[in-house]
Amino acid sequence: MTPSFKEGDHPHEHDHEHQAVPSDPALRVKALESLLVEKGIVDRAALDALVDTYENKIGPRNGARVVARAWIDPAYKARLLADANDAMADFGFLSRQGDRMMVVENTPNVHNVIVCTLCSCYPWPVLGLPPVWYKSAPYRSRAVIDPRGVLREFGLQLAEDMEVRVWDSTAELRYLVLPERPEGTERMSEDELAGLVTRDSMVGVSKVPPPAKVQS
Amino acid sequence: MGPVQYEKNEPVFHAAWESRVFAMFLAAGAWHKWNLDAFRHTREVLPPADYLEVSYYAQWFSGLQDLLVRRGLVTAAEIQSGKPAPGTVRATPPLTPEEIPAALSNRIRAQRNVPVAPLFRAGQRVRARNINPVGHTRLPRYARGKVGTVDRDHGVFVFPDTNAHFLGEKPQHVYSVCFAARELWGAQAPERDCVYVDMWDDYLEPA
Repeated sequence: MTPSFKEGDHPHEHDHEHQAVPSDPALRVKALESLLVEKGIVDRAALDALVDTYENKIGPRNGARVVARAWIDPAYKARLLADANDAMADFGFLSRQGDRMMVVENTPNVHNVIVCTLCSCYPWPVLGLPPVWYKSAPYRSRAVIDPRGVLREFGLQLAEDMEVRVWDSTAELRYLVLPERPEGTERMSEDELAGLVTRDSMVGVSKVPPPAKVQS
Repeated sequence: MGPVQYEKNEPVFHAAWESRVFAMFLAAGAWHKWNLDAFRHTREVLPPADYLEVSYYAQWFSGLQDLLVRRGLVTAAEIQSGKPAPGTVRATPPLTPEEIPAALSNRIRAQRNVPVAPLFRAGQRVRARNINPVGHTRLPRYARGKVGTVDRDHGVFVFPDTNAHFLGEKPQHVYSVCFAARELWGAQAPERDCVYVDMWDDYLEPA
């Protein structure tokens, strides 16, 4: 059912002045911040705390811990695949009733890739903010139509008989890839395993490389 | 579309102003004068050249200013002058530093605990409707008219097509729908590959 637009905003009511995108964003951003603080719309210390949270506190290390635990503990892995919110709540990253997470598992036969073709939806609580490449037009458009070509650019060549599943984050489900555990890690601790897991492997554009051989 | 440009060890923000835009978006959003769907739509109405050329956070800045004015938190005159209108009473910000951890753990809140019956079920063959709304939608063009299989029912969520325009939440079921790559892209696509797209009840019809 297409909306009738009799009430509420007309979708084109505002296609107008704001389209002139700033050439000197730094000054205009500073001016807006001053205005919002002066009006009491935002609290400056809250802004600082938000920046600190996403620069320093929330990032791919969160997702890496989830992956490492799933590799080590089959019961945890089963919980993670059945109800990611519940399993991730063990780490305190997100509420059990929070935004809906889904974990999709890579196997020898199936390789998963995550994209948001429509904008930049990304699993912030476990990966932090998305990198520019994930938000770029080439990735967004090519990941759905030619995922194998995109993966080749990332250095990953997949066998023809594998199944590639691309997950387009069109709704408020957020996806995390559970990459395959690399060879040569059988004796590693959960913390050591977490140290191996890369952001790119949890988006699905690469695999987790095996640990570097120690030079003795 | 060209190769994916990859920056090694990319910083979270490439300039301080980006981080301030990001933070202002979240903090001002705590007034609940708009929703995420409306914010997404502000990017969608940018002229194509701006959409492709202008940096991500500069687009966010544009959209944020637009919503602040349109939804009545600031006036266009205040944006121009950089100062509150004379006689403005200072408000109390709804988001304080102490509230931030709790606020972030339930960031979007699009799920709705309402008893809405699903129209489709796992395993069912469905066709994405060929709708082309003037306003906001989350039904990608590449899937319109295509046939897929419902993989699972995720439950009830706010419907973005109406919510973005403040026309109501219209909560309904969202499903992962699996589309074969060949169905979407033609016979040259790999046989086993598929694209999973999350779809609302209103986007689907039985196939």
